[in-house]
Amino acid sequence: MSLALIIQYLFSGITSGGIYAIVAIGFNIIYNSTGIINFAQGEFVMLGGMIAISFCHYMPLPAAIVCAVAITALVGALIEFVFIRWLKKPNVLQMVIITIGLSIVIREAALNIWDEKVRSLPYFTGNEISSIKLLGAYISPQVLWVLFTCAAIVICLNLFFSYTLTGRSMRACSANRTAAALCGVNVRNMVTLSFMISAAIGALAGCVVSPIAQTHYDCGTPLAIKGFTVAILGGLGNSTGAVAAGLILGIIEAFSISLLPSAFKDVVTITILLLVLFFRPSGLFGSREAGALKEF
Amino acid sequence: MRQAIPFCVFAALAIAVQMITALTGTDYFLTQITMSGWYALVVMGLCMLMGYAGQISIGHAAFFAIGGYTAAVLTTMNLLPCKNGAFVKLLSGMGMTIAGTNSWGTDILYLSPWLSLIAAVLISVFTAWIIGIPVLRLKGHYLAMATLGFGTIIYRIALGTPLFGGADGLSDVPPFRLFAGLVIDGSRTHRLAGYYCAMAMILVVIVMLSNLVNSRAGRALRAIHGNEEAAQAMGIDTARYKLNLFVLSAVIAAIAGVFMTHYNGGIGPAEAGVMKSIRYVAIVAVGGMANLWGTLVAGMVLNFLSLRGYFGSFDDAVFGAVLILMMVFAPNGILVKRRKRQ
Amino acid sequence: MPLLEVKNLSKSFGGLHAVRDVSFAVEQGMIKGVIGPNGAGKTTLFNCIAGSLQPAAGSAVLFDGGPIHRLPPHAVARKGIARTFQTIKLFAHMTVLENVMVGCHLQSRGSLMAGMLKLPYTWKEERTVRAAALELLDKMGILSLADHDAAHLAFGQQRAVEFARALALKPRLLLLDEPASGLNIHETALVGGLIRRIRDSGVTVLIVEHDMSLIMSISDELMVLCFGQKIAEGKPRDIQRDPEVIRVYLGEESCSA
Repeated sequence: MSLALIIQYLFSGITSGGIYAIVAIGFNIIYNSTGIINFAQGEFVMLGGMIAISFCHYMPLPAAIVCAVAITALVGALIEFVFIRWLKKPNVLQMVIITIGLSIVIREAALNIWDEKVRSLPYFTGNEISSIKLLGAYISPQVLWVLFTCAAIVICLNLFFSYTLTGRSMRACSANRTAAALCGVNVRNMVTLSFMISAAIGALAGCVVSPIAQTHYDCGTPLAIKGFTVAILGGLGNSTGAVAAGLILGIIEAFSISLLPSAFKDVVTITILLLVLFFRPSGLFGSREAGALKEF
Repeated sequence: MRQAIPFCVFAALAIAVQMITALTGTDYFLTQITMSGWYALVVMGLCMLMGYAGQISIGHAAFFAIGGYTAAVLTTMNLLPCKNGAFVKLLSGMGMTIAGTNSWGTDILYLSPWLSLIAAVLISVFTAWIIGIPVLRLKGHYLAMATLGFGTIIYRIALGTPLFGGADGLSDVPPFRLFAGLVIDGSRTHRLAGYYCAMAMILVVIVMLSNLVNSRAGRALRAIHGNEEAAQAMGIDTARYKLNLFVLSAVIAAIAGVFMTHYNGGIGPAEAGVMKSIRYVAIVAVGGMANLWGTLVAGMVLNFLSLRGYFGSFDDAVFGAVLILMMVFAPNGILVKRRKRQ
Repeated sequence: MPLLEVKNLSKSFGGLHAVRDVSFAVEQGMIKGVIGPNGAGKTTLFNCIAGSLQPAAGSAVLFDGGPIHRLPPHAVARKGIARTFQTIKLFAHMTVLENVMVGCHLQSRGSLMAGMLKLPYTWKEERTVRAAALELLDKMGILSLADHDAAHLAFGQQRAVEFARALALKPRLLLLDEPASGLNIHETALVGGLIRRIRDSGVTVLIVEHDMSLIMSISDELMVLCFGQKIAEGKPRDIQRDPEVIRVYLGEESCSA
């Protein structure tokens, strides 16, 4: 394999890895505030892309993306409000099944609102054939958009959780709900906010990757599985770990195409998921004992 | 023998339904009822696993597919070209091969479906055992994801391997000649045979599983579900029990897959898909997590409606909605037997 | 030879040394009590003996001369050691009778297959197990609760079921983890009498308890733990007078870690 080809695979891996990391961070935010694994996380990505595609016929692209992110965030809030908020002490099995059911309903709703055709947003800059030569490989400028967006999301979230009052309140909720409530934090609103943020970043990721990976009603589920793999690999609840794990998984997946038929690309990811679950469920970066402690 | 009443009622109902369809000329309903019956076997095994032992499995369709594909691959292999090979001669001598013609009229020699049934059971036991050992050590979300992952792997293998027919699956699966003229295939002449075979198998399975629930092993499983740590303190090897039940439910699903494949004359990768697995979970949820009869009823009804097309293009959405509604409003199912209270 | 021997048992969780180099023995037929302030490591000690926790290397637990510290909990139970839990762990969605019948699990041998096929030998086993369970409930005085859902009982009744379930194992050693917690004075006295009757029937008892009147009155020997270390061992009367023990429970200074 030539160096240029390796660089090509590397960029492809980092691109998809960045998206997986964003989905994983979405998982982590909701998990940290509620202890729930939201199986519908992938659908937020799909919704963001689909809504933006519909809207960009009527308004300039940036406006369409903003609207898509906002609407998806509202969907997230709605889900939390209707299904999660007033559940009394649900057990894990219940929550797993509910969020799976939600992901199916959202997916089928998308199928009926749009259709099964594959669509994509227009490229943010340039078009399908424009490319930039970087380190010997030709990559689309959209790849840089994806990387930039992922980095921006991670940085902004870090700033939000470290330096704003709301962000710190959310961290307080995830560390100890009762104590946070006693300090005057409105825990229920924090939970809704966590759903909104997860949905929003998922939607943004969906928009930015849409030109490269295409969007269709069914693209949420594989993303959810991969995002979950990344979240576990990086240590559930640990978002810095998620970024690293996302890049690792993306690169492994990209290189696996050179060895296996592409139909088995998903098999590689899932095998990694199973191996992690069996041998090191605390992830690469989580310590076994701190696995019980939650941190952003 | 008061306990035998539900079983007799079931048998009577099965006969009654068949008679009614015969009298009203709606025999074609029997086809969907039969298919619902094979699917119901899967959910009954899953009900034991999820409801009584408390282990969630969102990948159970994989075992159905393993059974079905094993049957399909083994019985669609044409052995005629190797007719004079030693191994084939040995099998023919034992009566394990059957001569026939396929749907294009050419002569073929294929393996006896009995052999493929045994193979399907062995393969599903092996797979469930291999997967079960690591997976059943997990709990909650991790267990759910691991089973989902396993199911997806099997689906991808079915979809992406030419041997398994890829996206089109395998077809032209020969009929399963049981005994005394009882044949499982899709033809109208054998519709009654297929129906009664399915109903008989359901009866056998539900009798055995009901026996299990009230036995020492069943108590141990329910104890594991109730409190695993305390169950261990009672001397119960919880890992082994969970694994054995997992394997049992896998075998039941695989056998159902074999019969369904012969009935339909083929199988496709969708049978291994996540949507099918979720459907099974939804049915167990509706029927009542720890309620065999409820799950059977829910399975027959929901699958029948789905197969007849009553849910239209919202088929998957219905099951998704069912899951949500069940978990939010009736986590213990709506067909729950009321417990004796004093 | 003592029935139970614990040698140099240590267990840490990360930086926390829950149990540090604890050694003691329990002779057959005695009631040995373990007391100590909260956080002294008593339940951790129990869990290491019962097999739900693995003690650190260098620790040894011998039952009847044989090592059990590497065995999983169900194997420890098979050896003849039964335990109760600090928080009641009855089996949800099962009746009281079924809970106790699970305790008889090791007294019968019906397998999964045998259960499904309802083989003849299982019929007799079921009858025997059921009778044994009912007899145990009768001895505990809760026979009338046999068909009640185990989760819907009063606290004291749940404790009684737990006792019955542990006794169903026909254990040689019974580990009781705070059996009187949550019980009133009258119920506590009943528990004391019950434990003495259990001892008289030949079962050795190792009991952790906070209720001083109970444990002082029934124990043949006491051991005091503080911050994971054994600080005193002996007859109850001597323990009561031990200056170190007094300091730990009442004194101004706490034990040095």
